[in-house]
Amino acid sequence: MRRADFAAIANWIAPNSEVLDLGCGDGSFLEYLQKQKPVHAYGVEIDDARVLSCAQKGLNVIQQNLEGGLALFENNSFDTVVLSQTLQTIHETEKILREVVRVGKESVVSFPNFGHWSHRLAVGLGRMPVSKSLPYQWYNTPNVRVLTVADFEKLASSLGLQILDQCILHEGRQVTLMPNLFGSLALFRVRRA
Amino acid sequence: MSELHLSRNTIHFAEPLPLQSGTVLSGYDLVIETYGKLNADKSNAVLVCHALNASHHVAGANPDDASDIGWWDNMIGPGKPVDTNHFFVIGVNNLGSCFGSTGPKSINPANGKQYGADFPVITVEDWVNTQARLADKLSIRRFAAVMGGSLGGMQALAWSIQFPKRLAHCIVIASTPKLSAQNIAFNEVARNAILSDPDFHGGNYYEHGVVPKSGLRLARMVGHITYLSDDDMAEKFGRDLQRPNGESHDYRFSFDVEFEVESYLRHQGDKFSAYFDANTYLLITRALDYFDPSRRYEGSLSRALAEVQAKFLVVSFSTDWRFSPNRSREIVEALLSNKSEVSYAEIDAPHGHDAFLLDDPRYHNLIRAYFEQMLELKS
Repeated sequence: MRRADFAAIANWIAPNSEVLDLGCGDGSFLEYLQKQKPVHAYGVEIDDARVLSCAQKGLNVIQQNLEGGLALFENNSFDTVVLSQTLQTIHETEKILREVVRVGKESVVSFPNFGHWSHRLAVGLGRMPVSKSLPYQWYNTPNVRVLTVADFEKLASSLGLQILDQCILHEGRQVTLMPNLFGSLALFRVRRA
Repeated sequence: MSELHLSRNTIHFAEPLPLQSGTVLSGYDLVIETYGKLNADKSNAVLVCHALNASHHVAGANPDDASDIGWWDNMIGPGKPVDTNHFFVIGVNNLGSCFGSTGPKSINPANGKQYGADFPVITVEDWVNTQARLADKLSIRRFAAVMGGSLGGMQALAWSIQFPKRLAHCIVIASTPKLSAQNIAFNEVARNAILSDPDFHGGNYYEHGVVPKSGLRLARMVGHITYLSDDDMAEKFGRDLQRPNGESHDYRFSFDVEFEVESYLRHQGDKFSAYFDANTYLLITRALDYFDPSRRYEGSLSRALAEVQAKFLVVSFSTDWRFSPNRSREIVEALLSNKSEVSYAEIDAPHGHDAFLLDDPRYHNLIRAYFEQMLELKS
């Protein structure tokens, strides 16, 4: 599986970086990244089957629940911390964002943009949106937080996160015109201000 | 499925062994069992370190007693997670144990009598030194992996510190970088049971023709409680009364065995005290107590592990309260702080500390994947 955001995230990671991928799933991104450039990486994942997939790929994987924070990891111990399409599945949103920028010199946070026009339209018509970026029904979604590009910017600012860069995508292409309306996947490069 | 290729040997080491305590052991034997075949470049050897009461007999049927199946037979063998079709697995009975390697029961060459109380105190580090000498004898320069559960995991961890170049992978299961005060307290109760048995005779019970059976039995009963989880005990025994012949379920108002759990513990104690040596029990629990690689580094495990080169797999079990997941996380945290290669799995299993010996597909699939990955990296 190669997700649309892999290439964009990999672009923000320098060769020979120390990388921590939080919510690394089956390790697809780290496997992709390691083929693109030399990095030293660890994944963090809670799900047994996905941890096994990572082990089968020969990746360093740490099994833990992100809701508990990142006590295993020291301040500024990674060049880049990746929180890729995981933020929306975590209850403790502020806590994990603080932890991410504590551990990473830089971090990449990506999430599905609830503000995309098709999602707005669905809600306008009285239904919760189901789309490529939000592929679940309201009753079986793993997402516990829904947010828009604008929501993230506001929270980042209130938590003291400096936004270094952003890349809003739709169907794998970057959206520059009204990204909160036309982008379905948001990527932010942030650090502690 | 091909054969296990079990082979058992007693290896004599004539060169004196300096121990951590300052004592020197003049010479000693180690009993080993091996499974599978050592490849031409001797790069497929896996050392399995045992815990408190186990031995070199790791897998397969004991050649002398077919009903005696190795203690980690579900993990090691042809087609098993540690596949002996690919790996050459070595089980070694540790120095000071009572299954054929030199220990308190052995004859002290200095006086021709059994060592008894004179057998020196052995540490985890001493064991690792003897295992390294064993590797030398077998011309194994570097193990593909050193692995163990519980006290066996401590030995694997010590290997990575003492001989960083001599193992590619270090697999530490249900273990800890050091005992807690509570762990030591349980060991102390167990030792006290033995030391206060009138048949102990200061450790020289062999010459009196007795064994401190009741002390050893009690020690095992206490120990066994710590190997199981509360839920596991509830599930296995609950408050069931021991009524094998369907007698009345009224209380008997006596101090004989009344509950199933009592019967179980007594059975475990009886079984254990019939085959295990009390001096060995003292010795091994003390080795557990003393183990603390961070001690030389002002308590910093991270510094203790600074030189490790092995890739680590650390595994814990959610209901293990003897060596809880937090103890394993200490190891992981130290390795991460050094940016060492490490994977960590926390298996949600109900069986407490004993889970490392039991069948669990998540656990076994992970070990299997890890060893398969080793093969892939080599080819």
